[in-house]
Amino acid sequence: MGKLVLLGDEAIAQGALDAGLSGVYAYPGTPSTEITEYIQRSRAARERGVHSDWSANEKTAMEAGLGMSYAGKRAMVCMKHVGLNVAADAFVNAGMTGVNGGLVVVSADDPSMHSSQNEQDSRYYGKFAMVPVLEPASQQEAYDLTRYGFELSERFSLPVLLRITTRLAHSRSVVERGEEKAQNELKLPGDLKQFILLPSLARKRYKSLLRTQEHLIAEGEQSGLNREEDGADRRLGIIACGLAYNYYREVAGGSGPGYPVLKISHYPVSPGLLRLFVKKVDQVLVLEEGAPFVEESLRGILDEDPAIQGRMDGTLPRDGELSPGLVRVALGMEQPPERTIPEIVKNRPPALCKGCSHIDTYNALNEAIEPSGPGRVFSDIGCYTLGALPPYNAINSCVDMGASVTMAKGAADAGLRPSVAVIGDSTFTHSGMTGLLDAVVEKSAVTVIISDNSTTGMTGGQPSHATDRLVAICQGIGVEPEHIRVINPLRKHHDENVRIMKQELEYEGVSVIIAQRECIQTLKKVKS
Amino acid sequence: MKKDVILAGVGGQGILTIAAAIGLAAVESGLHLKQAEVHGMSQRGGAVQSHLRISDLPISSDLIPEGSCDMILSVEPMESLRYLPFLSADGWLVTSSKTFENIPGYPDKKSLFSEIRKVENHQVIEAYDIARELGSQKVSNIVMLGAAAGKLGIGLEQLEEALRLLFGRKGEEVVQLNIAALLAGDKASREG
Repeated sequence: MGKLVLLGDEAIAQGALDAGLSGVYAYPGTPSTEITEYIQRSRAARERGVHSDWSANEKTAMEAGLGMSYAGKRAMVCMKHVGLNVAADAFVNAGMTGVNGGLVVVSADDPSMHSSQNEQDSRYYGKFAMVPVLEPASQQEAYDLTRYGFELSERFSLPVLLRITTRLAHSRSVVERGEEKAQNELKLPGDLKQFILLPSLARKRYKSLLRTQEHLIAEGEQSGLNREEDGADRRLGIIACGLAYNYYREVAGGSGPGYPVLKISHYPVSPGLLRLFVKKVDQVLVLEEGAPFVEESLRGILDEDPAIQGRMDGTLPRDGELSPGLVRVALGMEQPPERTIPEIVKNRPPALCKGCSHIDTYNALNEAIEPSGPGRVFSDIGCYTLGALPPYNAINSCVDMGASVTMAKGAADAGLRPSVAVIGDSTFTHSGMTGLLDAVVEKSAVTVIISDNSTTGMTGGQPSHATDRLVAICQGIGVEPEHIRVINPLRKHHDENVRIMKQELEYEGVSVIIAQRECIQTLKKVKS
Repeated sequence: MKKDVILAGVGGQGILTIAAAIGLAAVESGLHLKQAEVHGMSQRGGAVQSHLRISDLPISSDLIPEGSCDMILSVEPMESLRYLPFLSADGWLVTSSKTFENIPGYPDKKSLFSEIRKVENHQVIEAYDIARELGSQKVSNIVMLGAAAGKLGIGLEQLEEALRLLFGRKGEEVVQLNIAALLAGDKASREG
């Protein structure tokens, strides 16, 4: 079937297509975006009518994926780790309903926070929802486990969580494809009450989910994805989850220590398998990307066995992504002589592009709000979060998608005047609209600035659901038409924009200022 | 055969194109490949790097271990120094001379290049000037690719083929410009 050089993300996409995918649902988020983009670019996907349009947010994506599964077809839902927080209600309850067509949920974690607010570990969500979790170590495994994930999902009638991290998502290697499977036919669930989680029915579903757990554990033992590789030196045993396995293999190499290894890619992990492995060796080193998920389960509370090493005893750092160097230190191996970074090397943080509309919006806002003093601007997730850095120093919060609007409302309720939200267009339609409705209903004194560049900029310029709809949405939600102001953030309009902002900052009610000018990057793309 | 290369630069300077060309050439030659990229927020004018590993044996880690990199290939001189902890004792630092100064406190050129000269195996290429003479400063990255080819033991013909694949869609003129940049980089490296 041929070999391809693919990013980990792309390998997942190709794996899903070859497994007979009928639709992918997603909201862009680093490092998961390229999965959906690959399917959008795929000619085969287009010819087979595979759905790949973006969703408004991860929750709507998760629900649409569940709906496609209800109708008997295979669906994949993709998001970054914090997106799973947004989708959590649907995700956890999909564990309760179970699935009809195969449903694979991909969550791309970002340890070291290269492009995120936190480094939460999605494996906890899998455990929370009591569904299987797969964690590939390589691009080939990303392809293979996606295919296996669909099979597993249909066999157990459960959604399957596929967990990857940034390094795998954004690293390329050769992937060998398998056979292509056909899509499922449209087919209603055998039990038309399966998806009704009324308490009386939900209690039955929950008992069934609980009963399934032991079968999931057995599947993890038999799948071959949690496999032991023997080693002659039993003073230490390595438990390596997902990508961490590669780092051990890298540093152990040909001349390194030959310890037994338990490679883990399938959760829940059988306690029996872990017990058996730990008994064979004097000490255990747990290598995992993200939180000490397996390590914590090994330690428990009563058993503080010193034989376990990992992120919790300082053998490895508690935070940040792993690297071959950190694993080398954990193994007590000698480090190569180290060069240092010369002191003259300065940090080069990301910055807003030259000509970016957010710059002019912030310049106007900074001037308009200057008389009120600092500390009154709540913001959100997007390129415009860079407004927190000099020279702008324009915002005071960045918490989660949509939080700018509702935090500004809460602060206004507390008496803060003015209380301002700065949110991007795509973030607004993702999770800002409902908060705006809260503010409208209570006539809260907030000024919401939607910095509308007509794209989802930070993730590379995906289309935004908000484009050409913002005024209508705000009117529909009930913002008074005279307090919906559309401005063009250009330097030549600076004085006028400052004047409009000042007017709305003084208004004791909800105003929305839509600062509309297209993203300079998408504009360039259209031109070329 | 095993080569570990860190590609360095600033978002938008085209280091992923260098990576893609080497990657294509390597896979065509039947070598194994791993190439870790930086996507997302850092691409907005920030420091970016890519770990590129090619080998005739399977490769485990997507990241190059500290102290074992064969070459830092950089499109910007200060960025070439950021990854020094990865460079092996006899590794090469190959960088363009053209600075990209978009931050306050950018080091003065004298101390910058004096730090670069402290690396025993270093080469500074006037990639920007060479590219401009060829007709576009945009191909500075491909000049750097050419400058690295000989030291990495990758055939120019295979790289030419890779450039054809990468730029074919943009027309023959663009392909020829890139190939000229590749050859000019190789020449500059040999003469330097």
